[in-house]
Amino acid sequence: MRQALRELMKSRELLYMISWREIRIRYKQSVMGLLWAVLMPIIITGAGVVVRIAASRISGKPITGMDIGGIGVKALPWAFFVSALRFGTTSLTANSSLVTKIKFPRLIFPLSSVLTSLFDMVIAVPVLVLLLPFAGIQVSPAIFWAPILVLLLVIFTAGLCILFSAANLFFRDIKYLVEVILTFAIFFTPVLYDASVAGKWRSVLMLNPVAPLLEGLNSGVVQGHQPDLAWVAYSAVVSVVLFWGGIVFFRRLEPRFAESI
Amino acid sequence: MSDLALQMEHVYKRFRRGEQHDSLRDLIPSLIKRAVRKDRERALEPQEFWVLNDINFGVKKGETLGIIGHNGAGKSTMLKHLSGIMVPTRGSISVNGRLSALIEVGAGFHPDLTGRENVFLNGVILGMTRAEVKRKFDEIVDFAGIEEFIDTPVKRYSSGMFARLGFSVAAHLEPDILVIDEVLSVGDFAFQRKGIEKMRAIAKSGATVIFVSHNLHAVADFCERAILLERGRIIQDGPTDQVIRRYLDTASSLAERPAHGPVRILGADISGFRGEKGSFQAGSKARIKVKLEALSATEKLAVVIQLFNDDFYDVFHTSSQRLGHAPINLAPQEKAECDFDVDLHLGPGTYYLGAYLYRYDTQREYDHVFPATSFVMTTDRDTRGSANLYPEVARFGISRAASLPPGLSNSPRAERKQA
Repeated sequence: MRQALRELMKSRELLYMISWREIRIRYKQSVMGLLWAVLMPIIITGAGVVVRIAASRISGKPITGMDIGGIGVKALPWAFFVSALRFGTTSLTANSSLVTKIKFPRLIFPLSSVLTSLFDMVIAVPVLVLLLPFAGIQVSPAIFWAPILVLLLVIFTAGLCILFSAANLFFRDIKYLVEVILTFAIFFTPVLYDASVAGKWRSVLMLNPVAPLLEGLNSGVVQGHQPDLAWVAYSAVVSVVLFWGGIVFFRRLEPRFAESI
Repeated sequence: MSDLALQMEHVYKRFRRGEQHDSLRDLIPSLIKRAVRKDRERALEPQEFWVLNDINFGVKKGETLGIIGHNGAGKSTMLKHLSGIMVPTRGSISVNGRLSALIEVGAGFHPDLTGRENVFLNGVILGMTRAEVKRKFDEIVDFAGIEEFIDTPVKRYSSGMFARLGFSVAAHLEPDILVIDEVLSVGDFAFQRKGIEKMRAIAKSGATVIFVSHNLHAVADFCERAILLERGRIIQDGPTDQVIRRYLDTASSLAERPAHGPVRILGADISGFRGEKGSFQAGSKARIKVKLEALSATEKLAVVIQLFNDDFYDVFHTSSQRLGHAPINLAPQEKAECDFDVDLHLGPGTYYLGAYLYRYDTQREYDHVFPATSFVMTTDRDTRGSANLYPEVARFGISRAASLPPGLSNSPRAERKQA
């Protein structure tokens, strides 16, 4: 593990260059350019608004600006999670010519997918920040939880990407598995709705390690109070264990990459 | 160890023929099998073979080593082990210094990025820092000779330009140990010369160079020592000249080689119109037959034949496409034969016939067999060199030397007149 990190430190320029390449390619020869980074969160938020309208029809409670703001705040990290995982899973197989021809730490590939998707999020954050006041959301000290929660999400996502990229190199059906899970994951994760709608089943929803992080972002940024620390701690432990385990798993399989790809 | 740049000790590598299990369904049984026994120590299964079989050698610092062998002998696998891309099943490899491997030029180039962007990307991928690339940038572009296209996406490059730029980046790495696989065969003749000069400069600067090539002349010219690989074993290790002789003498049965790529050559042979084999009289007509078999569907291939002389010089080569035959498409398992008629206007000596398949648009070479066979040329007159110009002494005359003042010689014109 320590050696893996040392190798990564040594090849950080390479990590930077590969991520830069991904970003460059994604925005080159595209009509919308950087708008892409904003598009996905907008669509998710739109879907959330539709869900909320339907819910308020049934419950009779009116929708507030805070509700919509909350969806926007959760839509951004969710868009990051989905895109990172999608690109991360195929990151090794998509770069097979590099994997078989040149020697360097292969961890760079899944990590660069995470960085590339993170870049998209960073582009979209200012847009969100400009829009939030219109939803009647005020800044509170609890907003300082946001970077911590995002960091945990990045660690969790990186862990999954590392795991899936290696698995997909050996078994190409992992990619389809991930696609299917990502398509329906939004129903099992409190993105469009709040975890509290599940009532006494809330804890079951929160077992999904992404849920406490998104809920925490909602409370920190929108509601202005501290996130549910017990659940955040749970997510943190899962993220770190997954990240560490992912790296160990990846490094064990790495010697066989070139011949198995 | 201190004077060794690189060492392989008892290196074994096991490969599997045919399909590997590629989906989860096949994983479970193999995982159970793997859990039950130790993978490193076990014997070969019927589907498996040793692609490297007890490889032992060391390379001293500053030495230039050539690795030769037929396709499928394990050369590329050996390079991948040297460069750390693959890990041996058994045995140890130690590397002493910064190693750069050039297994394929332009690997990692992205078609949508410009030449400039790709130079930076590729440079860093190959192990330079960005500052280093920046420092050498002008030199790299200048060497490739593509200044005016440096800000064009490389997908618009000709394949020659692409290869030149790729080679140029790699040539400016300044490693302690440089491993080169056949990359000098890119570009036009002038660029190949430039490439060899560059390699020579790198070797002269004290770097250890390991060079794999089908170009025996380049190997002979460039390497002090060579290793001959056959079916994963080192069968000779010594001065390049001797190793190449041995290589040329090994009559390999081509059909027995492990499958390698989508097509393979089953045989290449030359026989005279009057039934001669192995020995030909200068000026006689002969037919070269190349038999091939597609393992999977292939398209746009050309059959290339080549003749080398005893000094490993490329005396002659051509291809079906150069001679006006349409590109060849083959269905899986399809067999084909391509025959060439030639007039053997060659000087006396031994010649080696090689053949391979080549796709011009992608510049890819498939299944190079060399030497497929060798033959001897005889001639009724004693000449040297590979070309046969059928010389005759037309005339001889001695000019009576007039007594000239010292320091002045007869002018050639005067001599001819007198004769």
